[in-house]
Amino acid sequence: MTIPDPVFEWLELSPVLVVFVAACLGVIIEAVVPRKARFYCQLVLAEISLLSSVGFLVFNGVRGAWGPLAMKAVMLDGPAFVAWLALLVFGFLALLVFAERKINAGATAFAALASAVPGSATESEAIAQRREHTEIFPLALFSIAGMMVFVAANDLLTMFIALEVMSLPLYLMSGMARSRRILSQEAALKYFLLGAFASAFFLFGIALLYGYSGSFNLARIADSLGFSTMNRGLLLCGIGLMAVGLLFKAGVVPFQFWVPDVYTGAPTPVTGFMAICTKLAAVVGLARVFYVALGAERWSWQTLFAVLAIATMLVGVILALTQTDLKRLLAYSAISHAGFILTAVVGAYQNVAAGRVNAFGSIIFYLIAYGFGIIAAFAIITTVRDEGGEATRLQSWNGLGRKNPLLAGVFAFLLLSFAGIPLTGGFIGKWEVFASAWAGGFWWLAITAVGFSLVAAYVYIKVIMAMFFEEPDETVVVGKASLFTWIPVAIGALATLYLGIFPEHLMELVSNLQIFLR
Amino acid sequence: MITLLTDLPIAATGAFSWAWLMIAIPAFGAAVLLLGGKAVAGFGHWLAVLASFTSFGIAVVLFILMLSSPESSRAVAVPLFEWIHLGSWTISAGLLIDQLSILFALLVTGVGSVIHLYSVGYMAHDERRSRFFAFLNLFITAMLILVLADNYLVLFVGWEGVGLASYLLIGFWQHKPSAAAAAKKAFVMNRIGDLGMTLSIFAMLALVGSSAFVDVDAAASANASPWWTTIGFLLLLGACGKSAQVPLQAWLLDAMEGPTPVSALIHAATMVTAGVYLVVRSHEVYAQSQAAALAVCIVGAVTLLVGAWIGCSKDDIKKVLAGSTMSQIGYMMLAAGIGPAGWAFAIFHLLTHGFFKANMFLGAGSVMHAMDDDVNMRNYGGLAKVIPITFITFAMGYLAIIGFPGFAGYFSKDHIIEAAFGQGLVFGVIALVGAGITAFYMTRLMCMTYLSQKRWNQGVKPHESPLTMTIPLIILAAFSFVGGAVMNGWIQGWLAPALGTHPHEVGWIPSGIGWATLVVVGVGVGLGWFLFYRKPVPKQAPDTQNPFTIAGRNDVFGDAVNNILVVKPAKLAADTIIANDTWVFDRGVDALANVFLKLSNVGRKLQSGQVRSYALLMTLGVVLVTAVLFIGQLG
Repeated sequence: MTIPDPVFEWLELSPVLVVFVAACLGVIIEAVVPRKARFYCQLVLAEISLLSSVGFLVFNGVRGAWGPLAMKAVMLDGPAFVAWLALLVFGFLALLVFAERKINAGATAFAALASAVPGSATESEAIAQRREHTEIFPLALFSIAGMMVFVAANDLLTMFIALEVMSLPLYLMSGMARSRRILSQEAALKYFLLGAFASAFFLFGIALLYGYSGSFNLARIADSLGFSTMNRGLLLCGIGLMAVGLLFKAGVVPFQFWVPDVYTGAPTPVTGFMAICTKLAAVVGLARVFYVALGAERWSWQTLFAVLAIATMLVGVILALTQTDLKRLLAYSAISHAGFILTAVVGAYQNVAAGRVNAFGSIIFYLIAYGFGIIAAFAIITTVRDEGGEATRLQSWNGLGRKNPLLAGVFAFLLLSFAGIPLTGGFIGKWEVFASAWAGGFWWLAITAVGFSLVAAYVYIKVIMAMFFEEPDETVVVGKASLFTWIPVAIGALATLYLGIFPEHLMELVSNLQIFLR
Repeated sequence: MITLLTDLPIAATGAFSWAWLMIAIPAFGAAVLLLGGKAVAGFGHWLAVLASFTSFGIAVVLFILMLSSPESSRAVAVPLFEWIHLGSWTISAGLLIDQLSILFALLVTGVGSVIHLYSVGYMAHDERRSRFFAFLNLFITAMLILVLADNYLVLFVGWEGVGLASYLLIGFWQHKPSAAAAAKKAFVMNRIGDLGMTLSIFAMLALVGSSAFVDVDAAASANASPWWTTIGFLLLLGACGKSAQVPLQAWLLDAMEGPTPVSALIHAATMVTAGVYLVVRSHEVYAQSQAAALAVCIVGAVTLLVGAWIGCSKDDIKKVLAGSTMSQIGYMMLAAGIGPAGWAFAIFHLLTHGFFKANMFLGAGSVMHAMDDDVNMRNYGGLAKVIPITFITFAMGYLAIIGFPGFAGYFSKDHIIEAAFGQGLVFGVIALVGAGITAFYMTRLMCMTYLSQKRWNQGVKPHESPLTMTIPLIILAAFSFVGGAVMNGWIQGWLAPALGTHPHEVGWIPSGIGWATLVVVGVGVGLGWFLFYRKPVPKQAPDTQNPFTIAGRNDVFGDAVNNILVVKPAKLAADTIIANDTWVFDRGVDALANVFLKLSNVGRKLQSGQVRSYALLMTLGVVLVTAVLFIGQLG
């Protein structure tokens, strides 16, 4: 047996490589650069790497360099392109929020010394020395690079590795909150344990699928469907177990339990990052596997996903009703959004006229609209504070509209986008995914989803009511944040408005880049 | 079917491409006055007067240019911008300056400017004077949009604009509850008419695919369709609302709560005649539908009588004039419904009425000014010698409206009566009788105000008004005198290209019907003279059992009819809906919300915070997922 020399398309892979290399450089910086200079070194390196990655990506896109890369391990196609672009942009915005120090008396939102026992003398000493974990930047870069490989992975093994590369830094980042450290550490441990649990299912599912089809390659698996001599049960179990790993990351019921605890416990900037980037990677990966490898088996999994979509919307919406903590409320909101997106995955609608979006197009539009909103929303949450740091109790937000009408107005606008009110990107996103589910034959699912979004509106309007129609809580103030917070807020809010009024521009881009290659 | 061919408008060049300035200048004036606040309070009213006169100047220049061009190239289209582009519909905003719209522009800006000038004197002591002038300028803007628009949708913008200005000006003295209520009433009743307007525009867009006059005219003359009848009726509904025609007449009498210059400008000379303009502008639609045209005639004839009836029994000088306005617009409607023979006469009467009615309203304002804002004619009497200029100018208006030979109304109204006899005996008789009643109530007004013995309240010292008020009166009186004679032989020929008609021969000597009219008018004048000059006028309105008088004093029960037909059913429906909302929907929604909240509280228990139970639930989830996949295979 001869092993061919590996062929590696450096230029085509450059967007991922740049981020990886920058992450590795970040590790070296931690070792060699003096502590005082580290923060800006890391920040500048990370943001420049993301921007240059966008540059390489656009260059490749304009060149039309589509096709399988790195011995067919990675597929650079339209969906990968859009997902990469979105990940890089959202990563860029999220890392800006990471860099906010003004609001917290000169310190970031991350623990001074994550390894110290909370409340211990070591910790106090670290705080007194004004130490900080600038590793958060390389960690985030590793995670983003992992996500980029994940959404473009062309075989299941690459996908698994990418899943771990994107997840492990996230577990760490979740545990690095400066305030409420025990809660944060607990969240990180839960996330890690359950994540590992889900990964095990994922890996087992891959093994079963390999057993059925004889390959990890998505296209080869697709070819084997219906021609394999193996037992069909092997295939079904493989689909089910692999779905579990992917659905876990997307936060779909009944694998959503980590979401509220982790979203609440993680440092708020990290929550914003996870809320969009992890979800986007998970959903795009899910769509790739199920559309490319298992498209011919759709009659098997569509019903399953439809059931799960309804359960997800139900749990996300209903449990959000009684939440009293804003981060937790947005966590349940994130679960419900996963359900709304899943309706379009179920529809798997592909036969579109030129210039119209198919199932993937509607999903990615939804995710992009949601991403701008959620990053801005979590950035705003970091600015509302009392003596103990961020004031995330819903009551603390009472009367915010009187203290800072602009901020409260922007937050209300973002909430309206999450609720899917017209003139926001969220409305267009919902419209597109529901229309896609309908066109895919799942009209009843679309109608159910509309019903759930109606109930969900109550949740968001409740927050708006609190901000504008309740007596203010005097101990809560809007902190003085720097541009690191306000730029993402402004971009997120303006993009939400822009996508609500001129959706056709993004729609046109997406409709040209929505076909998975195999 | 009659085929009527109108000349298509030519593209605008030269001065015509600046026609939009006519609209823009008063709009700018209104903006400056509204936004300037105290900074413009000192000179703002003169700015408004200047803006209005400038518009008038532009209108005069354009009119002269049109007079000097050949007949076929007089109508000019001035495209402005593409307004709505939606699917297959493209609606562009533009102006159409043709023989019809230029007359309106002249009337609106001319009479409007004179009334601006009059208001300088009339509103001299009002604290919110600059706001008043801002609204007047706003009205001029909107009215010009209405009459200069080249399609129904742009016309509708002006239509709503004049409605807004009317609302703001009727309720200008908003501290008076009656004024606020009158403004609201006018607005609500106009909404009903606007419903007809919007529906007719929708119907045109659906039927023709355009709302431009040229397209609708072409479509209407090209193909018959039952839809034209519908559109005709809907347009008539809109016209009834704006022009206070039965059954939407009740708001006009209350609208007299506004300052008198407003009554003269908006509720006599210009805005209320917009309905007549609409019908005449839509002549191709009515040419297509006999039924709709007949409906216009009937509405006009009925209003003509109802307005005159109200005019006979009111003691409030402005309300007599308001009833008279309704009645005169009824004449115009009747003429507009008659068909090609009547269109030009409707416009003719509209113009002369604009002169003499504005004249008389401003005269009434001058009388009120003299009598400490008293409007009750039973407290007047013998004013002819005290305020001679007002009396003489008012007398010109009086002679014009009753149709005294040689005065403006004589020509315009006589033509309508003759044309009405051509349409049918009933219409002719109604128009003839209406002329007699008009003569009667106007004579009553003249006697009670100027001629009979003094019945002044104590402490009232009447005095003539300042020059800013009397000069407008003199100007309008002059037009009331000569306006008819000047236009009599000319207007039909002028309008013919725009309306696609052929002028009829009109004489200067009364025909048979003309003589009959003069006799009837004479009887009316004599009766009025006998009852209100020869006999003393009591200071209190006498109690009466006469059902005609009672009905007239109560506006022919317009409000009662509205109450029974509209207000009460609407209130009943509203109450039912409220009850339904409270007891069915609110309770239902609350119950549903409680179910969700209960579910939520139950569901929270699953989120225990214990990672081991999460793992267990996940495992159950895996079993569920696999089970669903396998169960799916069975189906």
